[in-house]
Amino acid sequence: MNNSSSTLPQHSWRVPKHFKLILLCSIVLLVVCAAASLMLGSRGVGFSEMMDGLFRPEIDSYEANIVRKRISRTVFSLCCGAALGVSGALMQSVTRNPIADPSILGVNTGAALFVVSGMAFLNIGSAEPSIWLALAGAGGTAIFVYGIGSMGRGGATPIKLVLAGAATSAALSSLVAAIMLPRAYVMDQFRFWQVGSVGAGSWSAVATIGPFLIAGLLIAIVTAPALNALALGDEAAAGLGVRTGVLRIMAAFAGVILCGATTALSGPIGFVGLLATHVMRLILGPDLRYVIPMSAISGALILTISDVCGRVIGSPGELEVGVVTAFIGAPILILLAIRSKVRSL
Amino acid sequence: MNNETISIIRQGRNSRRRRWVLITALLAVLAFALCCAMLLLGNTIYSIDEVIRALLGEQIKGASFAVNTIRLPRMLAGLFAGFAFGIAGYTFQTMLRNPLANPNVIGITSGSSAAAVFCITVLHASGAVVSAASIVAGLATVTVMYILSRGKSFSIGRLILVGIGIQAMLDAVISYLILISSSKDIPAAMRWLGGSLNGSQLHELQPLVIAVLVLSPILIGLGKHLNLLELGEHSATSLGMNTDKTRMMLILISVFIIAIATAATGPIAFVSFLAGPIANRLVGRGGSNIVPAGLVGVNLVLAADLIGQFAFETRFPVGIITGMLGAPYLIYLLIRMNQKGAL
Repeated sequence: MNNSSSTLPQHSWRVPKHFKLILLCSIVLLVVCAAASLMLGSRGVGFSEMMDGLFRPEIDSYEANIVRKRISRTVFSLCCGAALGVSGALMQSVTRNPIADPSILGVNTGAALFVVSGMAFLNIGSAEPSIWLALAGAGGTAIFVYGIGSMGRGGATPIKLVLAGAATSAALSSLVAAIMLPRAYVMDQFRFWQVGSVGAGSWSAVATIGPFLIAGLLIAIVTAPALNALALGDEAAAGLGVRTGVLRIMAAFAGVILCGATTALSGPIGFVGLLATHVMRLILGPDLRYVIPMSAISGALILTISDVCGRVIGSPGELEVGVVTAFIGAPILILLAIRSKVRSL
Repeated sequence: MNNETISIIRQGRNSRRRRWVLITALLAVLAFALCCAMLLLGNTIYSIDEVIRALLGEQIKGASFAVNTIRLPRMLAGLFAGFAFGIAGYTFQTMLRNPLANPNVIGITSGSSAAAVFCITVLHASGAVVSAASIVAGLATVTVMYILSRGKSFSIGRLILVGIGIQAMLDAVISYLILISSSKDIPAAMRWLGGSLNGSQLHELQPLVIAVLVLSPILIGLGKHLNLLELGEHSATSLGMNTDKTRMMLILISVFIIAIATAATGPIAFVSFLAGPIANRLVGRGGSNIVPAGLVGVNLVLAADLIGQFAFETRFPVGIITGMLGAPYLIYLLIRMNQKGAL
């Protein structure tokens, strides 16, 4: 992305400059990051002990066991980050809006409302059954917000969408508060979910999110070329033979299941999608066939780095990753708002 | 312009003025009635005679305590905070020419909330410390917001986006503070977040009462500047107005007043958002509706508090009720604005 926000895709099938190098770098970074996530935390672990924990199951030292405990959390955070990154890329392309992100569009609050209702009225305490509730909430809210934001002249402009998202979020959170307030037990569960954390990442959580991640990624990769055309505008895309309605629904569906599933398991984690996609567009240019898969990698990187930072900063406890991403992501949103031209808002 | 046109214009103006006076008077009467209801109703219902004698300082068994220590502070808190939220919200909405650009939606109150929750859960402070911290934090939030969104020329879109970004950070802080706090502090902090009149005490209301009495006349006096600003940046400038200076003053005063009210009662959800549009709908556009907006705010807070106290099995704090009333209206307003292409 050369200038700040809205660049049209160039009509060439050229591979972005240094793509292989970038891919290699990000994979190396990913490995380094995963290693850091295994080694760092309130109790640091050395490199050789990490290798012991990973590859030599016969060793039963304290450090090796810490590493083994951290494996599932690391995998879970990589999965969530990837899902959020792709979700952000999809939502930004579907809405043709550089600042779309599940947290900004209020989708997280929708999921939160349904999860709280599940806790309060259906006695659902654990994560796995509530994933469907979160998906329903996320999907419903996404449709609602997009519906409101795209009414009237000019379609879904960024500012209209953001306001619709913020307003819906405010509305839903007062419902959340009303459900929660008379029920102390719900409030006690909910406050741990609300802050957004990958600390509960277990293998069963990975197994739950896995199918959603794979399905969402597949849809995203399949729709990416058509989404490139959509970036030219609806008429132009239709002229190029794209069925814009079907495309939008498919891509939005993928975006919603990705962020809904993540939100159900880890709580609302904001701004990862926003950041991941913008970083990749900055490096790779606007071609979504590259940006979307790479957003998965950058999302995984961002979330895992944030998680490690939170663990190191918050030691001996931990600073939940949702707090860390908000503090990294919100300034980026502000920066985008300051730098982009008023007219494009 | 011939005489007929002039007389039509004059007639219109007169009828608008009559309507303004009528509606404002009705709102004031309603507010008074609600104030009385706040004093009369409760677990025990005392007669008007008893309530008046208790207020005048006579010692009546039971009634004195209930009226003077519980109901009167609660009523005063609702009265002054409602007025403050009403006029400040109206000022923001009119100045930024957008009913959505309001302290609740763009997150000016979240600075005050975060500071207050910090004081309650981490410092275990109460009373004046919480008030002072939330006022300072509210002013700091809006200053940062204003500086960041200034740019070459003022843009509402930018202000809203910056506000939402800052709000996201502050909300993360609040969630985290609530997470790490001990269970016994949570109800206080949570209730505080949604806004509540519970546990208002007379001596804690002093800053709010003084601020409203001093600042609201100024804000009302600035009403005509507000109407010029509503015409738009260029028109206001060409009518000889220093828009930046006026806007700065309006923002400062309304933030101050809203932060003090927030410190006393918590950010009672959606009152500052609802009051302006309701007042405009009742009175009609044209003049400054800042006084009716304040009165609508009072009526909303008091009525919602009465509903919250008596309508359900659980006693809900006032913020939950206004939230439930305000949320659908917010969505409705958004839909209408978008259909008209006002955004």
